[in-house]
Amino acid sequence: MIGMQPSVENAQTIAESDAVAVKRTLAGERDAFRVLVERHSHNVFRLAYRMTGNRPDAEEVVQEAFLRAYQKLGKFEARANFGTWVYRIAANYAIDRMRQRKKEEARKVEPAVHEEGMENDPVTLVQDAKPTPERLAHNIELRKQMEIALAALSHSERTAFVMRHWEGCAIEEIAEVLKSSSGAAKNTVFRAVQKLRLALQPFVGKGTPARAMGTES
Amino acid sequence: MKHMTEEELITYREGISAQRAEIARHLAACQECRAELERIEAVLAALDTMPVPNPGDDYGRHVWQQITPRLPERTARWWQAWFDPKRLGTLASVAALLVMAFLAGRITKRDHTGNDVASTDQIRERILVVAVGDHLGRSERMLIELSNAAPLDPAQKQVNISAEQSRAEDLLDENRMYRQTALQEGDTGLASVLDELERVLLDVAHSPEEVTPAQLEKIRQKIEAQGILFKVRVVGRELQERQKATTPAPAQKNSTESERNKA
Repeated sequence: MIGMQPSVENAQTIAESDAVAVKRTLAGERDAFRVLVERHSHNVFRLAYRMTGNRPDAEEVVQEAFLRAYQKLGKFEARANFGTWVYRIAANYAIDRMRQRKKEEARKVEPAVHEEGMENDPVTLVQDAKPTPERLAHNIELRKQMEIALAALSHSERTAFVMRHWEGCAIEEIAEVLKSSSGAAKNTVFRAVQKLRLALQPFVGKGTPARAMGTES
Repeated sequence: MKHMTEEELITYREGISAQRAEIARHLAACQECRAELERIEAVLAALDTMPVPNPGDDYGRHVWQQITPRLPERTARWWQAWFDPKRLGTLASVAALLVMAFLAGRITKRDHTGNDVASTDQIRERILVVAVGDHLGRSERMLIELSNAAPLDPAQKQVNISAEQSRAEDLLDENRMYRQTALQEGDTGLASVLDELERVLLDVAHSPEEVTPAQLEKIRQKIEAQGILFKVRVVGRELQERQKATTPAPAQKNSTESERNKA
């Protein structure tokens, strides 16, 4: 997974170290699981936040994912990668949470409140040292539209897009979470990007409309 | 020329296309499809600026604290627990301590038949004090070495801490044993320091063998933030004092029993 690999060697070392921690946890050493929690919680939080779109739900997903991972640790295959495995558990729970949330609140989509630590906020990442009021307004509008467009995706589409585009997960991993075939998972990624493009193209760049694709010239 | 479909361009951009080479060749030759791909990329680039809040450096610890009370007890199969190589090492240390305490008790019995119970207890405590003092000394040395670790070659981007890691693993098992003993003896001060030391040892033992300078700095900061080196030194010194207090002065011809106890 792109989002989880600082370097191939380092990733391998982490995987080996994870395997030791898993073995120790299974041998009854509960504290060994803490290492896994501390090592992977940031990545799982990022995935959960992108899937749920809000911090309280993301935090709940993280906790639940590690609890479930601990309970199911006996089923974890030693050769597998713990990071990928807990990611999958988190993605599954995040889908459940999103469904539950939708049922709970049949409300219109509200843009998330600006939170602390959002270093990559498009509003603050404006290239100009002193953004013009127009640019600032455009960025705020763009962010709002992006949130609306993401919220308008189905749970499967959002999951597929987050896992593939942002987290760099393999199609097979996405297919497993979506309980579908690899072909269907690929198609879900495509549909997600297509919908996002349709919603956001007018707000991005020069607003050039997409051409009729697959045509001849 | 037949242009690429939107699906072909999107799956190509997302790295999930089965016809990568074919699409790449087409893009190299077709200005119109390249422009279309750029438009897709502009939307994705905008989405990439979507913020994710930073949950904080301490987030992992926070998650652990939140889930710990909800974790069910996991009991290992008895043979797994006892035949773990690390545990065998610790068991050997415990056995050695018991043998030492037993032999010491026998020798004392032979020499001083009058107050054998008291002196056996004293000797047992002395052995424990010496063992914990030695353990703290070794832990301190390991933490200092880790704090001073640097790449062998300045050009190297990774620092190998496998030696410290392996020592931390060994110390971890001993530490657990001493912490439990301290708790049983009601020495909560010592148990608390050993508990803090255990967390640091656990962190070191489960770190990757090779870390980046930034990762190493994080470990150093953790060690510094908890003041564990200082605490280990203070307790180590206290134990030395206790050791002196429980060690009998060299036998003198005219010394009385009470004088020895005083010493």
